[in-house]
Amino acid sequence: MSAPTTDSRPMTPNTGSVFSRLEELLPLVSKPVQYVGGEVNAVVKDWDAMNVRWALMYPDAYEVGAPNQGVAILYEVLNEQADVLCERTYAVWPDLEALMREHGVPQFSIENHRPIGEFDLMGVSFSTELGYTNMLTALDLAGIPLHAVDRTDAHPIVIAGGHAAFNPEPLSMFVDAAVLGDGEEAVLNITAIVRQAKAEGASRDEILLRLARTGSIYVPKFYDVDYLDDGRIRRVAPNREDVPWRVAKHTLMDLDNWPYPKAPPVPVAETVHERMSVEIFRGCTRGCRFCQAGMITRPVRERSIDGIRAIVKGGLEATGYEEVGLLSLSSADHSEIAEIAKSLADEYSESQTSLSLPSTRVDAFNVDLANELTRNGRRSGLTFAPEGGSERMRKVINKMVTEEDLIRTVTTAYANGWRQVKLYFMCGLPTEEDEDVLQIARMAKEVIKAGRIASGKRDIRCTVSIGGFVPKPHTPFQWAGQAPHEVTDARLHLLKEAIRSDRDYAKAIGFRYHDGKPGIVEGLLSRGDRRIGAVIEQAWRDGARFDGWSEHFRYDRWMKAAEAALAGTGVDVDWYTTRERTQAEVLPWDHLDSGLDKEWLWEDWQAALDADSVEDCRWSPCSDCGVCDQMGTFIQMGPTRTEEA
Amino acid sequence: MSRPQPDREVAVAVQKLRLCYAKRGRLRFASHRDFQRALERALRRANVPMAFSAGFNPHPKISYANAAPTGTASEAEYFEIGVVEKVDPDQLREVLDHAMPDGFHIVDVVEASTPDFVARLEASLWRIRLVDVDGEAVRAAVAAFLAEERVEVDRATKDGHRTLETRHVVVSLDAPDGAPDDRGRPCVILTAVVRNETPSVRPDDLLNALRLVGGLALVVPPEVTRLAQGPLDPQAGTVGDPFAPDRAR
Repeated sequence: MSAPTTDSRPMTPNTGSVFSRLEELLPLVSKPVQYVGGEVNAVVKDWDAMNVRWALMYPDAYEVGAPNQGVAILYEVLNEQADVLCERTYAVWPDLEALMREHGVPQFSIENHRPIGEFDLMGVSFSTELGYTNMLTALDLAGIPLHAVDRTDAHPIVIAGGHAAFNPEPLSMFVDAAVLGDGEEAVLNITAIVRQAKAEGASRDEILLRLARTGSIYVPKFYDVDYLDDGRIRRVAPNREDVPWRVAKHTLMDLDNWPYPKAPPVPVAETVHERMSVEIFRGCTRGCRFCQAGMITRPVRERSIDGIRAIVKGGLEATGYEEVGLLSLSSADHSEIAEIAKSLADEYSESQTSLSLPSTRVDAFNVDLANELTRNGRRSGLTFAPEGGSERMRKVINKMVTEEDLIRTVTTAYANGWRQVKLYFMCGLPTEEDEDVLQIARMAKEVIKAGRIASGKRDIRCTVSIGGFVPKPHTPFQWAGQAPHEVTDARLHLLKEAIRSDRDYAKAIGFRYHDGKPGIVEGLLSRGDRRIGAVIEQAWRDGARFDGWSEHFRYDRWMKAAEAALAGTGVDVDWYTTRERTQAEVLPWDHLDSGLDKEWLWEDWQAALDADSVEDCRWSPCSDCGVCDQMGTFIQMGPTRTEEA
Repeated sequence: MSRPQPDREVAVAVQKLRLCYAKRGRLRFASHRDFQRALERALRRANVPMAFSAGFNPHPKISYANAAPTGTASEAEYFEIGVVEKVDPDQLREVLDHAMPDGFHIVDVVEASTPDFVARLEASLWRIRLVDVDGEAVRAAVAAFLAEERVEVDRATKDGHRTLETRHVVVSLDAPDGAPDDRGRPCVILTAVVRNETPSVRPDDLLNALRLVGGLALVVPPEVTRLAQGPLDPQAGTVGDPFAPDRAR
């Protein structure tokens, strides 16, 4: 037997690591590898040599959080700073949480296994409101007081970001600050302020004041909320000098100057996405009225073909992934997507590297793109998102797809060898009736009928996937009453019966949906105000964890918590969810500026009710949503300029 | 409409190599699947000219032999790869080891020049570090186990339970004291030579057997390492080098 080679790479983390204590707990929990770190491309720096130390948290399990693009970008941007260290932390599953409490092991980072309480800053990236309770677990395990007011200079500054922090009011008692919009420049600005403040020995309060005075970082404690007798908000106003009345979102321009991530950590544990993700553009102006992402990320800013090719090449070399995902909110909409697809397919189709383009656009061009990217690969499934079951419903949500478009598109897909088509819809949309949802069954049958003719086969499949609609802040539907879960569930039941009733099609159509209850909690958290913080805390104290996972989510726990925490306020869950708001109402997020003009949003809401459409400003005149004027930004699109020799 | 299979040429493997790897420290918590993914990515990062299977979904040609269970470290795990261009075994060891995540280490590579490699992995040498135990009690449990003809244990599986006879595969079992750990707790180093049979008897089955016949009780989870795998010398009771025949040619 040959002797094992000695290895000079250090296996023992720094002093201050809790790894040796954690290590003894790991054999007792499920999937322990998720907690050990050690990924290729993970950055391990000398703790003591750093001026500013960030912990970035994605508040879900490692398997979901590790592939998150936002965290991967900020991780590199921060670690590229010579005197800055950034480590990651994720939600621990309840089995490890219990053992950590029993053995006094704090929430830790996965690089150096440092206690999170020792960092200067803790940034939490929220993709969904259902991650809020996981942040509370992490704070509590870290020994950081849950309430921002109880923290001292010794505790990290806790900052929320991400799409689900665009209305941070429900989190306002737990976070010290929130950042709206793109994080790249924001984290560098925060770092600069904290670096300077630490050098001067400034207090926590002083640091927060400096952050707030930038006008682009929200510090909830410098704002007071007054309520009217009926429970609505009277006014939100700053309570310190020099703190602005409104806080603006960040917008990153010139994406080619920010080619991140270049070398994301490659997880050893299995995760939900195992690929090199490349963001090909940011923003979307399709104007789908339900879509918060499309509203809060305006305007569209494209990466150039050369920029995309460089990230793909470097990323594959650095990670060894065999799949590239070309990401954005609607990837087929990149103005040069055909050239991008062709050039990447030319380069990689012979190299066992697969390319994917998550796009749900309903048109034949989208199928052509998918064909191009799978020249030699398997054609399993294509996904399209008509979102609304009836033509009228699609006008209400501004998703301009006709039934003819859909049938033509799926016919092309089946004729090109795609065996399965997935269709995304929503249920519970404003003005929706039973009949609108039942149209989904009819369309699915038409899809199968057309597919059988186009493919000449009977064993093709169509899966209908339905999500419950949740009205979101900063969208035209922010005033809408959310459908009660009983209504959503009843409609889904009718739809299921309608699909099953026709024996010639029932077996070819798959039906996937979730019940309406989690949507009500998501709705409560999405459009909540500061009073919802007490509900979150109560639910968490009653055991709420991993609320995005159906096996952990308990509707009754949330309703009980809401009843207790909202007692005496005169408002309740229905008031926050199913109640339609009036134009005059002060919304909890009105002082947080996404750039969208509130008048424009209201007019778009009225247009929705009249089933009127709005065009995409990339190809039609500006619709005056207000973002570019308010934020000083503009659309950045191709063609890619080739450098002159 | 079905499409024909892709007409890409399938390059034939011109050389097969056998690799020995170690799983150390924190990455002992990686499962075999975790190792497989990490290896495939490292092969790509290191530009190893892998041979691939044919079809719409080509896979690199890699075959694995008896993986150590998740949670156990090892100095002696084995797999074989096929390449489409000849590579130097020592150079491959170096570049691939460099490309692997810290904790997975490529310790030895030989060109495969003999058949029946997996059959040569007859037995394993295990080191099981027990913390916070009484050495005499452990040695009494070991003696009780060795005195038995059969010791059956229960193992939980995906579909329920199975009974496993553990005594007949154990060639030797010792329990000397080790150095106390960093918190001053006493340690015992169980050393076992165990035949690799199917179904395999794992270290946790062995500990279970010691609990059953000798009342061995553990408070701290044991640290388990496979030190060697290879041909069993029946006289000496030792585990040899499975690469020896390949090296000899």
